[in-house]
Amino acid sequence: MKNGHITQKIGFSALFGCMLITMFFLGAIIYFTVVRGIGAISWGFLTQVPRSGMTEGGVAPAIVGTLYLTAGSILFALPLGLACAIYLCEYSPRGFFVNIIRMSINNLAGVPSVVFGLFGLAVFVKFMKFGISILSGSLTLGILVLPIIISATQEALMAVPHSLREASLALGASKWETIRKIVLPSALPGILTGVILSIGRVAGETAPILFTAATFYSRRYPDSVFSEVMALPYHIYALMTEGTHPEKQTAIAYGCALILMVLVLGVSAIAVYIRQRQRIQNA
Amino acid sequence: MPDNAKMKAEKVDFFYGPRHALKGIDLDICENRVTAIIGPSGCGKSTFIRLLNRMNELIPNTILKGKISLDGRDIFDPSVDPVEIRRRVGMVFQKPNPFPKSIFENIAYGLKVNGVSSRKIIEERVVKSLQEAALWHEIKDRINDNALKLSGGQQQRLCIARCLAVEPEVILFDEPCASLDPVSTQKIEELILQLKKDYTIAIVTHNMQQAARVSDYTGFFLLGELIEFDRTQRIFTAPSDKRTEDYVTGRFG
Ligand SMILES: Nc1ncnc2c1ncn2[C@@H]1O[C@H](COP(=O)(O)OP(=O)(O)OP(=O)(O)O)[C@@H](O)[C@H]1O
Ligand SMILES: [Mg+2]
Repeated sequence: MKNGHITQKIGFSALFGCMLITMFFLGAIIYFTVVRGIGAISWGFLTQVPRSGMTEGGVAPAIVGTLYLTAGSILFALPLGLACAIYLCEYSPRGFFVNIIRMSINNLAGVPSVVFGLFGLAVFVKFMKFGISILSGSLTLGILVLPIIISATQEALMAVPHSLREASLALGASKWETIRKIVLPSALPGILTGVILSIGRVAGETAPILFTAATFYSRRYPDSVFSEVMALPYHIYALMTEGTHPEKQTAIAYGCALILMVLVLGVSAIAVYIRQRQRIQNA
Repeated sequence: MPDNAKMKAEKVDFFYGPRHALKGIDLDICENRVTAIIGPSGCGKSTFIRLLNRMNELIPNTILKGKISLDGRDIFDPSVDPVEIRRRVGMVFQKPNPFPKSIFENIAYGLKVNGVSSRKIIEERVVKSLQEAALWHEIKDRINDNALKLSGGQQQRLCIARCLAVEPEVILFDEPCASLDPVSTQKIEELILQLKKDYTIAIVTHNMQQAARVSDYTGFFLLGELIEFDRTQRIFTAPSDKRTEDYVTGRFG
């Protein structure tokens, strides 16, 4: 009895300790990014183009570039992923073939992102001749997050009770009407969560855009989908590895990191909020 | 039988993969009458009535043999659209399954998918079907509330209203009172008796008293076979098969 009590105390302490360590690292990341980045942030930093070989001025083109790449990749991946998930969930006959497809999609999620970068270079940049551009980068990032969108959508579709589909069909609705008007609206919060997680992912990825979209130094904003762009994560990488004024560049890199972190955490917060609200509605 | 058969099942066999769920069923669903389907759990009652509006074909690997007709026309004929059959043969399920929408939208949905677009007609029919389902006076002030906020019995009556709104010819009830209290059950039984003036009704039930109270004909299923089919009064007073008698008197099942 007494022994058991002590064991339990030790167990709890160990768990508590692990939790503290995790919190410590999380807090440290946020703390350092904020402390070292906040100095660089100013209105000009957010709105101006870089000057003097990346050592002065703002990073607006990188922010804009990241927004373009994110929007482009979601615009590509969302309809494709949605259609794919709907087909797999609602139309395809269950069986060996479909299981293989499901497994492949899940495996796609485990492929390292630099491999997507190489793929994008070979297919979009070279073979399809889109060049190093927003288009190539968006397509590459889109493929990277396709598995996230597909599995989130599949889960959301499967969570819609079968009885709702039967209710709709029994009223004389066609299968497509049932999917469009009953199943998809019910699955929407789950799908949205997948999209938002994808946004967080693409905004922060460096490797896939390394060879397909990103440029280190640009004083202009992109003027078409075939332009190269600056992007925040790649810009950080470049500032830390290239250039002539490491001291000045490091400060800018931390500023970029802070902006990126705020963007991604903000988007995740929206995802949490939507899921929370859905839970309240269902309760 | 003097009554006119609205739907007719002839030598119906049904398989879920290797499982032989229905064996040689011959049964008529008569116009403007209530037909009760009784029998122990797993004997194929749901399987049978779900064939009448082609709901079973949504399940993969099933095989149907024999013929089911509606007004003399084979409903499984390749030229027949299942969507049209489901519009003419409505169904109320065992568990209330309202859409997670407002009460109004629940009923309007069926009308919209059937091509009714006039707001005025939709509003009229929503009210009318809620009145028919004996729900109107309870919810008339909160027709735009989410249907999931209703009680179980109210939800079931909403599902009935939703079914009535599209004006089917036949209504199939699969244990509509299984999850309801005695008061709601009584309301639904009264409703069924009302409805048979305008509709043809088939109802699956585990409740012998219910079958006796609401139905004109009763079919007793056992292990996928139709043991006996006759006027309800006969089934409950002078069944010709010993197994029917045992079942309706509660000696087994
Ligand atoms: N989707 C299915 N796949 C395979 N077998 C099924 C399926 N649905 C029902 N069955 C089987 O078919 C038989 C008849 O089932 P059915 O649901 O028609 O019974 P029931 O008479 O409605 O029973 P209950 O009174 O419990 O609802 C059962 O043996 C059941 O296991
Ligand atoms: Mg059943």
